[in-house]
Amino acid sequence: MDILPILSTLRRHKITAFLVILEIALTCAIVCNAVFIISQRLDRMAMPSGVDEHRLLHAMLANIGATSDGKARTQEDLAALRQIPGVAEVASVNQVPFGGSSWNTGIKLDPKQHTSTLNATTYYGENLVRTLGAQLVAGRDLLPDEYMDFDDVVRAAAAKDNRMTPHVVVITQKLAERLWPGQSALGKQIYLSDDPVNVVGVVKELVRPSIWDDATASYSMVLPIRVSQGEYLLRTASPQDRERVLAAALDKLKQINPHRVVLKKHIFDDMRHNYFQDDRAMAGLLAGVCVALLVVTALGIVGLGSFWVAQRRKQIGVRRALGATRRNILHYFQTENFLLATIGIALGMLLAYGINLLLMAHYELPRLPASYFPVGALLLWLIGQLAVLGPALRAAAVPPVVATRSV
Amino acid sequence: MFGYYLDLALRSLKRNKMLTALMVLAIALGIGASMTTLTVLHVLSGDPLPGASATLFYPQLDPQDMDGYEPDREPPRQVTWIDGMNLLHARRADHQALMTGGAVPVQPAQSGLDPFYSDARYTSSDFFPMFQTPFLYGHGWSAADDEGKARVVVISRSLNDKLFGGKDSTGQTLRMKDTAFSIVGVLDEWRPNPHFYDVNMGNYASSEDVFLPLATARQLQLDRNGSMDCWGNGGGDESNLENAPCVWLQFWVQLDSPAKVADYKAFLANYSREQKALGRFQRPVNVRLSGLMEWLDINKVVPGDVRLQAWLALGFLLVCLVNTVGLMLAKFLRRAGELGVRRALGASRREVFAQLLVESGVVGLAGGVCGLLLAFGGLWLVRRQPSDYAALAHLDMTMLLATFLLAVGSTLLAGLLPAWRACQITPALQLKSQ
Repeated sequence: MDILPILSTLRRHKITAFLVILEIALTCAIVCNAVFIISQRLDRMAMPSGVDEHRLLHAMLANIGATSDGKARTQEDLAALRQIPGVAEVASVNQVPFGGSSWNTGIKLDPKQHTSTLNATTYYGENLVRTLGAQLVAGRDLLPDEYMDFDDVVRAAAAKDNRMTPHVVVITQKLAERLWPGQSALGKQIYLSDDPVNVVGVVKELVRPSIWDDATASYSMVLPIRVSQGEYLLRTASPQDRERVLAAALDKLKQINPHRVVLKKHIFDDMRHNYFQDDRAMAGLLAGVCVALLVVTALGIVGLGSFWVAQRRKQIGVRRALGATRRNILHYFQTENFLLATIGIALGMLLAYGINLLLMAHYELPRLPASYFPVGALLLWLIGQLAVLGPALRAAAVPPVVATRSV
Repeated sequence: MFGYYLDLALRSLKRNKMLTALMVLAIALGIGASMTTLTVLHVLSGDPLPGASATLFYPQLDPQDMDGYEPDREPPRQVTWIDGMNLLHARRADHQALMTGGAVPVQPAQSGLDPFYSDARYTSSDFFPMFQTPFLYGHGWSAADDEGKARVVVISRSLNDKLFGGKDSTGQTLRMKDTAFSIVGVLDEWRPNPHFYDVNMGNYASSEDVFLPLATARQLQLDRNGSMDCWGNGGGDESNLENAPCVWLQFWVQLDSPAKVADYKAFLANYSREQKALGRFQRPVNVRLSGLMEWLDINKVVPGDVRLQAWLALGFLLVCLVNTVGLMLAKFLRRAGELGVRRALGASRREVFAQLLVESGVVGLAGGVCGLLLAFGGLWLVRRQPSDYAALAHLDMTMLLATFLLAVGSTLLAGLLPAWRACQITPALQLKSQ
């Protein structure tokens, strides 16, 4: 092909060639990393919660005046909520998945351990596992007679009285695998204080209310503790009538005790949507910048391509006069662009790798998978070819007679 | 001469509109994206209390037991009730305030308004002079009010507008959680960014609507918001936090001179030793005293995503500049003939160079103006985001000036190489080939 003459021409236009290469390399490096971050964010947004998302409702109420007998009032609320048509399960809870604020504690496998093995979130609330629709994969759910009141547990813990602290727990599969790799968690013991707690059940998945580190997102436990802080979870019989059920539930609660205000009310799908809003915004912004980068690079190639064609009109005319076909001229410019793009892509890959190393050090990003390299290369080759097509066609249209004209 | 160069530049730019538009567009996109993200970064990493921040410090103590002890680890980021009260009453700083966030049910006297929950700050009397909060009406409460658990409250301007139609409400009564509070002060607009005094509330949360004495809030068992870390057998019992082995309060001090800072640090170390001798503290003395801005760094208040976006935008600007260098080179070299004539007629290399740089400057300025419009658009998009800092994204004078400096500066930089190349043209050769 024309490669040798192209190389010798490029050697005479070192600066311009270098600029095209540099632009392609930078674009390639930035786009590879940006697309990688976008895919990370999309993965994060699709994080499984382990709960029956389309049928869950969340409401949080607070009393206006001083409260008395919160426990009885909570039972009254729960009984009334259960009566609402369309409600399948109800629970009074201390926190909800993707809810933001969370209760956490350190877990030890041995009470003599100096530091905790890991930190996990603690879900409280009678009937919580069933209401969430979490899938039990081993063992059993917590039993009604195992439940204790939160106030009693706190008092007992402060007094170091182990009769009124929980002795059973349901944990997630990920937590079980982390604590006892390759073994069954059932019957194993963990220590939240000085007393052992037995694992009686394992759920497939249950995400934390707030996630600092995606690797520990499903380190959750459910403890047999009854809470009455005005936070309720409802599961509806079908996803269709959830808005109606939520409105009915709030009406009912206000009717039982008008002396309170609604602090939060959500359909669970909205909670997920809100929880990942920053990730969504970031992914959108990165996508926007990627498109802008590719457009600018393409326009740059068009501009420089046109300049080159204009500069070489006479040479093109001579080649045409000497028998080169239009197709030869077209291919000449396309090959030239392909060569420049290839060098740029090769440099861009190195640069992409370097940027990724920096991001790994400062933003806790994983390593860029190798599969991004061929895709990035293909994309930039394509953009280069598309951008150069216009100028190359114009070059091919130069008539041979140009050669004979003196300028 | 400058005027003439400007005229030449405009003529030349008009001659090839397509190429000029491409250059301006590239610069504008790069500048627009960079200025949008840099403005967000600038706003978010700003000083919440200009003028006062240099004298504000955040002490840290380590009251935990030996469980999980590792030498030289950062002490907890909050204090216990006992330590907070001890430090508050020691009065070793010029000003000191102990505080936590909370939420209170407000019961308006007007029949038309339903009860609602307001964000509150339970704190001590020095909060107002120390943070130089502006008062619209009235004043803060006194140290005696703190001691006497007085039912006094300071409310925000927006709450005053909502409840009292913006009139001076000092002396009036505000009912909260079935208790009557007397309004002693109304704050004017006050929203320090970041929300430095308690980052648990969200780094860029707006300031609270209700301020009342911490001791009063504890006595009435008002709802507490924020983070709480416990060790040993502590935790959970909200009614007995005073004795719990838990950190849940923020403590700030004002120290007006470096000597006082050193003294205060020595005082903290001394206090820790004393508490250890008493058996309350178990760990070796580990105290810190960070300045306000340092404290914001420690808490990493500027979101990582925002920094990443700024880097990304600068990378984008770099690509746009490389693009501009290429286009400008094409443009200048295409005019080799014209430049040859100017050189032959006596213009020195320096003069041709200056002429070409003026041309780059004009492109930069045009790119800057378009970039500014794009930045306004970009910031408008940022403000529509749901994050708590979104509403703060506005361009100030500094950033406006920075936009033009960046645009013209970077374009001149981009013009250097093409202009230098164009100066190398030998006039004779150009004239001959014409």
